[in-house]
Amino acid sequence: MGADFVVIRHASAGVPYCLSKILKASVINAGDGANEHPTQALLDMFTIKSSKGGIEGLTVAIIGDIAHSRVARSNIYGLIKLGAKVRLIGPPTLIPSGIKEFGVEVFNSIEDGIHDADVIITLRLQLERQGKGFLPSVNEYFHLYTLTSRRLKLAKDDVIVMHPGPLNRGVEITSKVADSSHSVILEQVTNGIAVRMAVLYLLTGARENA
Amino acid sequence: MLKQFFIKNGHIVDPSQGINSTGEIFIENGKIKSVKVSKSQSVKDSDTKKVIDAEGLYVFPGFVDMHTHLREPGFQHKETIRTGTLAAIKGGFTSVCPMPNTNPVNDNEAVTEFILRKNYSEGSCYIFPIGAVTKGQRGEELAEMWMMKKAGCVAFSDDGMPVMNSLIMRRALGYSKIFDVPIISHCEDINLSDKGVMNEGKLSTLLGLKGVPCASEDIMVARDIMLSELTGGRLHIAHVSTKGSVRLIRDAKERGIRVTAETCPHYFSITEAAVKDYNTNAKVNPPLRRDEDIEAIKEALKDGTIDVIATDHAPHHTDEKMLEFDRAPSGISGLETALGLSLRLVEEGILTIEGLIGKISLNPSKILGLEKGTLKAGADADITIVDMKKEHKVEAERFESMGKNTPFEGWVLKGRTVMTICKGNIFEIS
Repeated sequence: MGADFVVIRHASAGVPYCLSKILKASVINAGDGANEHPTQALLDMFTIKSSKGGIEGLTVAIIGDIAHSRVARSNIYGLIKLGAKVRLIGPPTLIPSGIKEFGVEVFNSIEDGIHDADVIITLRLQLERQGKGFLPSVNEYFHLYTLTSRRLKLAKDDVIVMHPGPLNRGVEITSKVADSSHSVILEQVTNGIAVRMAVLYLLTGARENA
Repeated sequence: MLKQFFIKNGHIVDPSQGINSTGEIFIENGKIKSVKVSKSQSVKDSDTKKVIDAEGLYVFPGFVDMHTHLREPGFQHKETIRTGTLAAIKGGFTSVCPMPNTNPVNDNEAVTEFILRKNYSEGSCYIFPIGAVTKGQRGEELAEMWMMKKAGCVAFSDDGMPVMNSLIMRRALGYSKIFDVPIISHCEDINLSDKGVMNEGKLSTLLGLKGVPCASEDIMVARDIMLSELTGGRLHIAHVSTKGSVRLIRDAKERGIRVTAETCPHYFSITEAAVKDYNTNAKVNPPLRRDEDIEAIKEALKDGTIDVIATDHAPHHTDEKMLEFDRAPSGISGLETALGLSLRLVEEGILTIEGLIGKISLNPSKILGLEKGTLKAGADADITIVDMKKEHKVEAERFESMGKNTPFEGWVLKGRTVMTICKGNIFEIS
């Protein structure tokens, strides 16, 4: 067909990579399994940069199901590369093994983990995780890891709160926090369009002219 | 409740402070105010206050049983919180940790709160409940451990119903790291046990009873050690009964894995020979083993491989035990014989008296993070006074416990609790 781009989202990790080896077209990974979600990380970092003026030196806390999150992995790679300190917060059952070797700090306590954070990224809790042994119940998760206004006070005064969407309101984040002045969740949605346009743009003639 | 009193002239043994000598303890408002070990002091105002003369007696920090079945809620025909804690006091225990296999199972904060509230109104000693690892002890889904911890649980265990699914056990050990409490494992491969009722060997064949091989325990000890190593979670092995378990735990400790272990008096006092007459009071899970296992367990107590002596007090109704051997429930009523049986280890030179007190008081407190097992100033005045020379015959009919199921009936034991002080009350034991 002679397509210039293949945008692929796939349930299996590594599919975009394998595809890129056999296609002449540019392959854009729109999320592969629990591996990566590069455009989400790009738009997250763009959002942080817009709010904070830069990324270097910031403390970014990512809360939740890190083990199954492609968003978390891409953000870890990107944020560390740009000089942020990355903290991961979650129950040990949802923290993937070997993750400390990526250069992050791991916290099992949300209170410890979000202390003095500049940026908090909450992740969607896949509700089907309970009953699989990862978590006793959503109720207990709420008590331990939900980002509430009370906990938010432990972070810096000008902390921004992010979420890749869609939200489980009252599970990983309360509505009060999601709709507060700290929240940049809607900016993330808007920036997503711009960032993805930019990706496509850079992969066309723009790259050759650059 | 006496506001202030002294215990004088007793021989105090308190491993938490390295005390092993004659001395005096001053108690005020249910707390230990001071401990003095020099003989020369004479507290003048002691004349005006109540004095307990412990001349010729030993004074210990109250014992802590980290493995008890109190049967309430649900099985009050076997035991209640009221009778179980009275049995504890009689045995010298001031804190007991009831296992969650009640009905309903203690797998949520409401049951934990019920147990604590019940003990508040009816109990004689402290209770630190152990919550279930999985909902209904079914081994399928994690129970709400954090909420139970908040309600007062100090550890988690599916005691009696081993977590057969290694993935669930992995998750439990991982999850427990959030609040750093131990997962207590009843190590038994249910498939391998295959409804066996006693130790597997010549005797089981002779009796025509189905046996449980030692490997049934050893395999799970090995698995759980590996899962503890994998997750970094704290593992406590319940009721060690085999030589093989001892070897595995010793090796794990040498390798720095976060594992601790307990055994029970029956596992170092009697062998499978006790079931010879189809005596259901000697039916226990894990089953009584062989001489070589007893030797290994004694060695492990001596070198510290086994940290704790717990009772696994498992009372049953007399009618339930009066059944065919293979149909009778497992368990021994142990709170009131534990001290006498354990003191035999001191007599044999296997443990020093400090060593023994460590294993029934300080060590379980440390493992569970309790502020117990010590006579330090400021601690609750949980004190057990023992006449080390007093011989007494075990007579189950005289147990405070409703469970009269003991294989030690008629044994003459040396060393007996004569007074237990707990929650500000002084219990004189006749």
